Amino acid sequence: MLRFILKKLLYLVPTMIGITLVAFGFIRLLPGDPVLLMAGERGVSPERYAQIAAQLGYDKPVWQQYLHYLGNLLQGDLGNSLVTKKPVLTEFLALFPATVELALVAIIIATVIGVPVGVIAAIKRGSWFDQISMTAALVGFSMPIFWWGLLLIILFSGVLGWTPVSGRISLMYFFPSVTGFMLIDSLISGQKGAFASALSHLILPSIVLATIPLAVIARQTRSAMLEVMGEDYVRTARAKGLSSRRVIGVHALRNALIPVITTIGLQVGVLMAGAILTETIFSWPGIGKWMIDSISRRDYPVVQSGLLLIAAIVMIVNLIVDLTYGLINPRIRHK
Amino acid sequence: MSFFSTRMLAASAFALMAAAPLHAKTFVYCSEGSPEGFDAAPYTSGTTFDASGHAVYNRLVQFKPGTTEIEPALAESWDVSEDGLEYTFHLRQGVKFHSNDKFTPSRDFNADDVIFTFERQASADHPWHEYIPGITYEYYSSMEMDKLIKSIEKVDDHTVKFTLNQPEAPFLANVAMPFVSIVSKEYADALDAAGTREDLNNAPIGTGPFRFVAYQKDAVIRYQKNADYWGEAPKIDDLVFAITPDASVRLQKLKAGECHLMPYPAPADLDEIRADPNLKLDEQPGLNVGYLAYNTTVAPFDNPQVRKALNMALDKQALIDAVYQGNAEVAKNPIPPTMWSYNDAIEDDKHDPEAAKAMLEEAGVKDLTMEVWAMPVQRPYMPNARRTAELIQSDFAKVGVKVEIVSYEWGEYLKKSMEEGRKGAVILGWTGDNGDPDNFLSVLLSCAAANPGGANRAFWCNQEFSDLLAKAKATSDHDERVKLYEQAQVIFKQEAPWATLAHSTQYVPMAKNVTGFVQSPLGDYAFDTVDLTE
Repeated sequence: MLRFILKKLLYLVPTMIGITLVAFGFIRLLPGDPVLLMAGERGVSPERYAQIAAQLGYDKPVWQQYLHYLGNLLQGDLGNSLVTKKPVLTEFLALFPATVELALVAIIIATVIGVPVGVIAAIKRGSWFDQISMTAALVGFSMPIFWWGLLLIILFSGVLGWTPVSGRISLMYFFPSVTGFMLIDSLISGQKGAFASALSHLILPSIVLATIPLAVIARQTRSAMLEVMGEDYVRTARAKGLSSRRVIGVHALRNALIPVITTIGLQVGVLMAGAILTETIFSWPGIGKWMIDSISRRDYPVVQSGLLLIAAIVMIVNLIVDLTYGLINPRIRHK
Repeated sequence: MSFFSTRMLAASAFALMAAAPLHAKTFVYCSEGSPEGFDAAPYTSGTTFDASGHAVYNRLVQFKPGTTEIEPALAESWDVSEDGLEYTFHLRQGVKFHSNDKFTPSRDFNADDVIFTFERQASADHPWHEYIPGITYEYYSSMEMDKLIKSIEKVDDHTVKFTLNQPEAPFLANVAMPFVSIVSKEYADALDAAGTREDLNNAPIGTGPFRFVAYQKDAVIRYQKNADYWGEAPKIDDLVFAITPDASVRLQKLKAGECHLMPYPAPADLDEIRADPNLKLDEQPGLNVGYLAYNTTVAPFDNPQVRKALNMALDKQALIDAVYQGNAEVAKNPIPPTMWSYNDAIEDDKHDPEAAKAMLEEAGVKDLTMEVWAMPVQRPYMPNARRTAELIQSDFAKVGVKVEIVSYEWGEYLKKSMEEGRKGAVILGWTGDNGDPDNFLSVLLSCAAANPGGANRAFWCNQEFSDLLAKAKATSDHDERVKLYEQAQVIFKQEAPWATLAHSTQYVPMAKNVTGFVQSPLGDYAFDTVDLTE
C-alpha cells in the first residue's frame, strides 16, 4: 500500500513540472503587460518601464525567467504578488480555508442529495420522480452560475430577508482567525450566535456552488445504478430471496458507487472553477476570486504559483479518491 | 508572562472589541475592492487610497471636503518664496500618531516624519526605499516629484522647507494627494528594530481620523475612531469596510441594511435606488472627461477643418442618453465644469451633419474610411465604449465617413494607442488626481505628453497652447492662471484635437439615516464627517 502511494506521488512530479510550464507560459501568452496595466491611462515613460522591468527580471529572455522561477520554487519561494507585493504563499494560505470550507459544504450537499436522488430515480425508472429529478439535473447542469447566485440573493435575502446577502459572518462578530474555517473559529470564539451567523452566511453560496456537482452526481448515480441492477450478481441476490432493501443497498449501490466516487473526486476541479464566480457574487474571500483578479491584472507570480498550488491540491484529492476505491471494492484493493 | 495568560489577555482584548460595536456607532461601507496594501505611497488605485490615505493618514495640506481647494492639514500654514521655488511649511504641533498593540508613539508628529515620508520615495539609496521587495513609487514618479523637488530641509522640529527645481503652481495640490500621506518615522524605526518592516504596509500607523484595527484579506477592514484626532473628531465610533466587488450585490447589501453606503452603483440600478424609500442618492458632476482623440499627425486628421467637421457630425446628446443613460453632461471643453478656470464662454460645435459634409468636401476628403478604437474596460467616464463607438460609426456614416471599430486587451490598448503613426481615433478618458487644470491639460494635451510614455493620444503639439500651460504652471497668481487656462481652452476648441464627449455624474447611494457624507469631486470616499441618525 505504501509503495503504491509512493509510486503515485512520484508520478506527480513530472505532472507538476508540466503544470509550471503551462502556467508560466499561459499567462505570458495572453496579451497585456503588468507594468502597463499598473500605469493605466497615465502611461509610463520608456526609461521608467525599462527600470521596472529590470527590477522584476522581465527584461531577461523568457527561458531564463522560467529557470529562475523553477530555481526559486525548489527553494520553496513561490514569488511575490506584483500588486500587493506580498508573498504568494502567504496570500494563498490566508484565502484557501475560505474556499475549502465553501467547497466542502457544497460537495456534502451535492453528495447527500445527489446520491439518493440518483438511486431512487434508477429504481423508479420512468416514474414521475425520475423524470422530474433528471430534468432538474439537466437544468442544474447548465445553470449560469452568476445569474443563479444573484437570483437567490434577490429572492432569499432581498425579498424574503431569510439569509444574509454576502460575506462569511455578521460584521458584529470579530474574533481572531485560528483555523481559517469560519464555522470552527466561530465555535472556538465562544461568542453567542457566531456559529449560527457563520452557518447562515454559508447557505446561499454553498447551494449555488453545489448546483452543478449535484446535477452531475445525481445523473451519474442513476446511470451507474441502472447498469449494476442488470448484472448477474444482483439477479442472484434477488434469487436468493434477499430483501429488496439489501439487494439495492449492499449489492447494487456498493458497486455502483465506484464510478460515482470518481465523479465526486473530479468535481473538486469543477468546484474550484465554480468558486471563481460564486466567490465573486457572494464577496467570499477565497482563492477563486483571487485568481481571477490576478489574471486580469497580469499578476504573473500569483497566477503561475497559484495555479500550481491549486493543481497540486486537485491531484492530491484525486489520489485520495483512488485510494478510497479499495475500501469500497476489495477487487481493486492495492497491494 | 506565561503562554496561557498571554492567550487570555489576547482573547479578552478581542472580546472587548467584539462587544464594543453593540453599544458603539458602527458605520459600514460596502467598498468595491480590496486595498493593495495600507501604505499609500507605493500604490495607485483609489480603492487603496480610501482604505489607507483617507482613513488612517493625513497630508501636509488637504482638499477642503467637497472641493479641490487646498486647506491646512498637518501644516498649519505655509510661505512661498517670491520666485516660487521655496515652500516653507509650518507644522501643526501636538498631533499624535495612533498606537497599536506593538507600538506606542513616544513623541508627537514633527519635521522628521515629513522628511522620512518624502525621502523614502525620492531616493533609491534610502534604507526604506525598497522595504518590500519589488516595491516602487509610481505616483511619486508619474507626478514628476522626483524631477521637481531639489531638496527638503528641516529648519526646526516644526518647520520644513522644500526647494524646487522650477516654480510649479500645482505643487501644493500634489502634496495634498494620498501618495504623500505622512507616516511616522518613529514607527519605522521601531519596525526596523523588531525586524518587521513589512508592517508599515500591513499595520499602518497614521495621524488620521481612524485608527487601523484589522484586515481580513478580501473580506473586511476594521477601524476605530481616533480619540486624539487633531481635527474635528469623527462622529462614528467604528468604521468597517465590507469588501463587495459586484455592484448588484452591493445594492442588495445596502437594501438589506448590511451596509450604510456604497460606491459605483450600476447605471441600470439608479431608478430602483431613487424609488426606494429607505435609500437616498447623492449625485455630483464627476471630475472627468470622456473623449475621442484623433491622430493629428496623420492625414486627413492633421487638418483641423476635418476634425471640426467630424465633431459636428456627432450627436452627443443621443450618445449620453444611450451610453450614460442620461447620467452625464455633454462635454465642450477638455476639463469638466466643476474645475476652476473652466471656460463657459466657449460654444460647442453644433450638431449639423449637412454643414459637416460640406466642410469635409471643402477639405477635399472623399470616401474616408477610418478606425475608431473602443476601450475594452468600463470606467466612470466611459461606461460602454463599444456602444459609443457604434454610435460614432452611425453618426459618421451620415456624413459619408466609414468607420471600422477595433479593440484590444486593455494593456495593449494603452500601449498601441500611444504608438507613433497610429491609425484612427481612440476612445478614452481621464479622471482628475488633484483638481488642478494642469493635471488634465498638460498630462493629456501638451507637446511633452505627445511622446512615448505620455498620454497625449491625439499627438497634438500646439506650441502656443503648450506655452500657455507652461506659463500658468510657473505662476502662483491664481487669477492669472485662470486667464491662461481659459485662453488655452479657446485654442483647444479651434484646433479640435479631440471630440469631447461627456462628463459623467458620480452617484453615491446610501441609507436614509446617513448624514454628513460629503462627496469628493476626486472620487475619494472619506468618512470623518459621517454620522448615523436613529
